[in-house]
Amino acid sequence: MQGLIDRITSLPEWYFELGRIDVTFAILMLAGVIATIMSWKGRPGMLVGAAYVVVAVVLAYFMSFQAAVGLGMIASIAALLVPNIHPEHGTISWFNDPRARGLIAQIILFLLVTFGIYAMVTNTIVNLERQNIASGFGFLNQTAGFGINQTLIPYTEESTYGQTFIVGLLNTILVAIVGIFLATILGFIVGVARLSKNWVINKIAYWYIEVMRNVPLLLHIFVWYFAVLRAVPDKRDKWSLFDTFHLNIYGIWAPEPLPGPMFWMTVVAFLAAIVIAFILAKLAKARQMRTGETFPSFWVGLAIIIILPLAAFFATGSPLDFEHPKFVAEGPIFKRGFEFQSGLQVIPEFIALLLALSIYTAAYIAEIVRAGILAVSHGQTEAANALGLRSGPTLRLVVIPQALRVIIPPLTNQYLNLTKNSSLAVAIAYPDLVAVFAGTTLNQTGQAVEIIVITMLVYLGLSLVTSAIMNWYNSRIALVER
Amino acid sequence: MKVLSRVALGALVAAGFATSASAATLDDIKKKGHVQCGVSQGLPGFSNTDDSGKWTGIDVDLCRAVAAAVFGDATKVKFTPLSAKERFTALQSGEVDILSRNTTWTMGRDTALGLNFAGVNYYDGQGFMVPKKLNVKSALELGGASVCTNTGTTTELNVADYFRSNNMKYEVVAFEKADEVVAAYDAGRCDVYTTDRSGLAAQRLKLSKADDHVVLPEIISKEPLGPVVRQGDDQWFNIVKWTHFAMVNAEEMGVSKANHAEMMKSANPGIKRLLGTEGDFGSKLGLGNDWASSVISQVGNYGEVYEANVGPNTPLKLARGSNALWTKGGLQYAPPVR
Repeated sequence: MQGLIDRITSLPEWYFELGRIDVTFAILMLAGVIATIMSWKGRPGMLVGAAYVVVAVVLAYFMSFQAAVGLGMIASIAALLVPNIHPEHGTISWFNDPRARGLIAQIILFLLVTFGIYAMVTNTIVNLERQNIASGFGFLNQTAGFGINQTLIPYTEESTYGQTFIVGLLNTILVAIVGIFLATILGFIVGVARLSKNWVINKIAYWYIEVMRNVPLLLHIFVWYFAVLRAVPDKRDKWSLFDTFHLNIYGIWAPEPLPGPMFWMTVVAFLAAIVIAFILAKLAKARQMRTGETFPSFWVGLAIIIILPLAAFFATGSPLDFEHPKFVAEGPIFKRGFEFQSGLQVIPEFIALLLALSIYTAAYIAEIVRAGILAVSHGQTEAANALGLRSGPTLRLVVIPQALRVIIPPLTNQYLNLTKNSSLAVAIAYPDLVAVFAGTTLNQTGQAVEIIVITMLVYLGLSLVTSAIMNWYNSRIALVER
Repeated sequence: MKVLSRVALGALVAAGFATSASAATLDDIKKKGHVQCGVSQGLPGFSNTDDSGKWTGIDVDLCRAVAAAVFGDATKVKFTPLSAKERFTALQSGEVDILSRNTTWTMGRDTALGLNFAGVNYYDGQGFMVPKKLNVKSALELGGASVCTNTGTTTELNVADYFRSNNMKYEVVAFEKADEVVAAYDAGRCDVYTTDRSGLAAQRLKLSKADDHVVLPEIISKEPLGPVVRQGDDQWFNIVKWTHFAMVNAEEMGVSKANHAEMMKSANPGIKRLLGTEGDFGSKLGLGNDWASSVISQVGNYGEVYEANVGPNTPLKLARGSNALWTKGGLQYAPPVR
């Protein structure tokens, strides 16, 4: 494959004046023939098409593109001339067959799109070469040589640009996931508060929504970063909570958990507890369906999830140490303050970005939640009351399941927005993908095309994964029609 | 049929996609009537807008000088503010004709980006600024510091090299725009602000209390700053290169904006060649013979531009140092007009 790419990209200048048209034709004809055969002849046609692709690529690689073109032309004309045998009407001219005509129109469209993409790619490659701009993906193995202040994987200045990509990607995913989590909780609280009959709570929620969503996100970020940053103590001072958690302008400092060798037992116990609680809930539900007897599966499950890991933890001898951040209060003024790489430091850039993203997105989520709850007709509540359900179960079993059907699709949109908005991080030095990879790496290597393409694909991938998860959830809670 | 399609598609390709990056930049510029110049988003002394919105600075004046050489009119230039990250792409794609944006000449940039550096209009080096109250006297005491800087610059790499080679821990906080770096440093997010020393002098002016901060004596890198053009157009490369040389030569020969009229009558053959009263050096560049004369009469010589924008009498208060003429112990040297 690389050989073929090299052959295409290393051809002389004149080739691109004329020759690439031949290549284009070859590809177009190929595509056309494959589409024709596949649509008309079913599965055997696919085998024929695949064989044809192999032959054409081999021809193009070992002989010439002209040979492939020739084959493509002949094959496509042949494919068109084969009389179409209609199951009911016998042999008819392909020209008068609406199916064939529709197919040809589709093929032509497909060919045009393919040609457009092909021409764009080759032109970019040729122009980069003509302007002596480095291209290719070799830079991913070169030493990056710059530092990053938040890395979830081991990273030093001697790491490669490929690793800067991973560091940036993980930082983006981290802020997106925590942000989605916080925004959802806050949004649901505000959304429900917006429907409260208590005038004060109602108005607070109303003003929260109106103020937050009508201020641009970038301003939110700047306010949190610059205004709040100035309000906390400077590097050589701190605010402490229980003498364990500290806050100053360098961020939040907390004890770093250092798991001992037997700590995996606790993790296993935790996972096992979740599985047990899940099975218990299923069994309880089944029993309720059968006999009508209820069982407090939520509380029992919760107890299992808390008690089982704790028991395992103490049984293995508490294998968890904490490294407290070192605070230097004496000595030369420059050396005072927290020492880097001691304890757990949450950098202020992360905090500011996280708060801004969650608070901003929560305002939209609140409106979605309110709309979802209002969409459930009041008759449903009345009917539930008539059946003797108390208000708790009414909300939990009748209103919320129906509201979720309305809430989930627009909620997915908000999750996607939050993830994409996290790229504003670059304004306040949070090292996300755009700052580290599409920023510093792009500038050091100068390979804008490759890096922007990779970055776009990453955001596309993240969005598609989020959508897939939410669509799966949506289909699970969707109305089952009988 | 095949031939026809080929012609049609060929035309489509030629019209729709082919770019003419290597076409004569000078012709394009003459056609559109101005030079498009990429500058910074605001670095006092180099490229910055003043209170009336007019661009000023040593980098800006270089672009004006190029416009004076091409059109005989230093005002025929338009400026595009670019971030450190955008600058090379903007030049490569033809959005600007010349990038004059305190850009460091490095081998990587000169060879891998399809660009050419046309000279050095400011010899700089990277330095550190710290608050005075921290009592730091040398950069070697900076172990464990948090360092604020700009992304997408050589600065990030130099600081990493410096701390690594001296075995010191550090944390880098890199912002996209210089204004945010200043704000974060001012807020106390970092103990150290690092960039080119000229940049430190300029950004210091934006701090709430400029006098509370001090630039440390160490210079940790070579930062030759200069104008950049695209590769593949030697004529345009020559015009930019020689515009700078003309300004340096003018200072060396004592020709200035102030005495330009008088010097036009000079009998000195060197001055006569520079100002175009003898020889036809301008036409070899594809310009009028008065190209350098317009540069000097409208913008001034290198020394004048330096003094007006970054010199000791400006807020930046930068001594000539390495940027003095070679005859005065500096590095500014231009080949002769001959």
